Amino acid sequence: MTQSVSHGEDYQPVFDGKIMDELQTVLQRYPTKQAALLPTLWIAQREHGWISDRIMAEVAEVLGLTPAYVKGVVTFYTMYHQHPVGKNFVQVCTTSPCNICGAEAVMKALLEQTGAQDAGATSADGKWTIVEVECLGACGFATPVLVNDDFLESVTPEKVPEIVKKYR
Amino acid sequence: MGYPHKPHPKETVVLSQHFGDVEARTHKGWVKRGGYEALAQALKLEPAAVTDVVKESGLRGRGGAGFPTGLKWSFMPKEKKRPHYLCVNADESEPGTFKDREIMRWTPHALLEGTAIAAHAIRAEVAYIYIRGEFTEPWTIIERALAEANAAGVFGTIKVYLHRGAGAYICGEETALMNSIEGKRGNPRIKPPFPAAAGLFGMPTTINNVETLAAVPHILTRGAAWYKGLCLSNPKSTGTKLFSVCGNVQRPGNYEVTMGFPLKDLLYDMCGGPPAGRTLKACIPGGSSVPILTREETEACLLDYEGVVEKGSMLGSGGVIVFDDSADMVYQIMRLARFYAHESCAQCTQCREGTAWTTKIMERILAGQGKTKDLDLLLDLSENMTGKTICVLSDSCAAPVVSGIKKFRGEFEAYLAGKRPVPVMVS
Repeated sequence: MTQSVSHGEDYQPVFDGKIMDELQTVLQRYPTKQAALLPTLWIAQREHGWISDRIMAEVAEVLGLTPAYVKGVVTFYTMYHQHPVGKNFVQVCTTSPCNICGAEAVMKALLEQTGAQDAGATSADGKWTIVEVECLGACGFATPVLVNDDFLESVTPEKVPEIVKKYR
Repeated sequence: MGYPHKPHPKETVVLSQHFGDVEARTHKGWVKRGGYEALAQALKLEPAAVTDVVKESGLRGRGGAGFPTGLKWSFMPKEKKRPHYLCVNADESEPGTFKDREIMRWTPHALLEGTAIAAHAIRAEVAYIYIRGEFTEPWTIIERALAEANAAGVFGTIKVYLHRGAGAYICGEETALMNSIEGKRGNPRIKPPFPAAAGLFGMPTTINNVETLAAVPHILTRGAAWYKGLCLSNPKSTGTKLFSVCGNVQRPGNYEVTMGFPLKDLLYDMCGGPPAGRTLKACIPGGSSVPILTREETEACLLDYEGVVEKGSMLGSGGVIVFDDSADMVYQIMRLARFYAHESCAQCTQCREGTAWTTKIMERILAGQGKTKDLDLLLDLSENMTGKTICVLSDSCAAPVVSGIKKFRGEFEAYLAGKRPVPVMVS
C-alpha cells in the first residue's frame, strides 16, 4: 500500500501485506478494477468492523476510483456499516410473512434483553446492535435472525434468552 | 418445514430429491448420485443443440417472470465476437420466497452443474453467481462446492465466480444485478438494449435464476419429453416448481409439485392449513409483488403460470404467503408498501415518491387519521406507479395495494370509520 496519500498520520492502511494479496486474487475475477468494489468493501469491513470515510478513501485509491464514487456505492447498500456497531450485529426480519408470525415480539425481546434499547442503537457495553431488516429470505422459518454471520431460524421470544447468553 | 423431511406423497420430487442429504453436498456424493453426467453430455453437444433441448422441454424462468429459458439462451449472438457472460441470480429477496436458499444449501452442485451447462449453451467463458449478502450459509456451502468442482476440473475452460451482494432487494432485478457486479449502485438499466445484446460489462449476457438452472441437468439426462410431460393443467407450463409456503399455516416450508397443482391441496393437505381454530382469509401466491387472492380465489387456483393469472394474480417466484382470519390486511399491506419504499433505488420519481407516499397514507389510515378520499388517492397513486418506470418495483408496490383495496375494502373502511376491523392480532 502506497503511503503517498494522506489518510492522517495515525491511519493504518487495511490493504497491506496479506490483505493486499487477497485483493489481488479478487481483482483477477473481473475485467475491470471497479467491479472489485463490493468484494473490496467486504474485506475492509471484515478487517476494520465498519466502513469509515478514511477506509472509503483508501478503497478508492487501491481501485482507482474517487472517494465520492465509493461513498455513493457504500450508501446504496444496507450491509456496509457507516458507523461502528456492537460486537454482535443482529439483523431481525420484520417483513410481512415474519410479522404475521410474531417477528415484532422477537425484536422487542432482543432489544430489552441485550440492553440495546432502540433499533439501530448500540448497547452501553458495546456488545449489541439490533436492527430491523427487510426480508431475509427464510420466511418459512419465521423469524430468521442473523447474528453476525450466523443465520438462526425459527426464533421466538422464548429462544431469545438462550441467544443472548450464547453471544454475550 | 426444515430438512431432512419425508416428502408428502403428492409432491413430485425432482429438484428437492436430495434435500436433507448432507452427502449430496460434496462433489463425490453428487457424482455418486449421478451428478455431472448431464454436464458431460452437454459438453459433447453443440451449444445450439443444448439450447434446443431446453427449448423443447418448455422450461420457463423460475425467478418470477416465467420467460422461456431456451428462447432466452437463443437470443445470444450466433457469431461470437466479444466475451459472453452468464449471471446466476441467487439474490433471492422477494418476501415469501426461500426456495433458492434451499437449493444452494442442499444441492450446491446441482446449481453449479446447471450453471456450467448454461454457460456452454450460450458460449460464455465466465459465469458469476450473485448471492445476496445475508445468505451466509448458502455462500459457505456453494464456495466449498465450487472449490471441489474446480479441483475436479469439471468446468473445463468455463470459469465460475461468486459475487456477494450487500443488502439491496433491487439487485435481484437483472440489470441492477449486472450493475452491482460491475461495482456500481444497483440501479436498474433502461431496456433496450437487452442483456443478450449489451449486458454485463456491455457484453452479451444471459441471466438465469437458481431454480431454473438447477432444473437443467435433469432435463438433459431425462429428456425434454419427460420434462414436458410433467404438466397437470396447461401445456404452456411444464416441469416441477418449488413453492415456498409461509405465514399462517401449520407446516410452512418448501414443497415441490408438478405445474398445474391445486393451490388448495398445497395449503391444506401439505401445509396443514391455517393454525387450529383459524380460517384462511387471503393468500399471495407468487411473492409479495403479485396481487392478493381471496379465500375463494385461492381455493380455486391452479399453480401454473396461466392458472394463477386466470385468478387475477401471478405465479411469480412461487412464494406463497398465507393470511388467516386474524391477519389485519390493512396493516399487512402497509408493511409491504414499507418494504418497497425501503427498497426503491430512487431513480424513477413515480417509484421513489410513490412508494413512500403510499406507505405514509397507509400509516395514516392505520393511525385512525385516514380521510374518506384516501382509498381513491391510493388507487390513483397506484395507477401512476404502474407501467411507468424503468423496472417493476413500483408496480410491485401497487399490486398488493390495488388488490387489497378491491378485495378487503371493508377493512380499510372500518379504519376510516374509526374502528379497528380485526380485534385480534397474531402475537
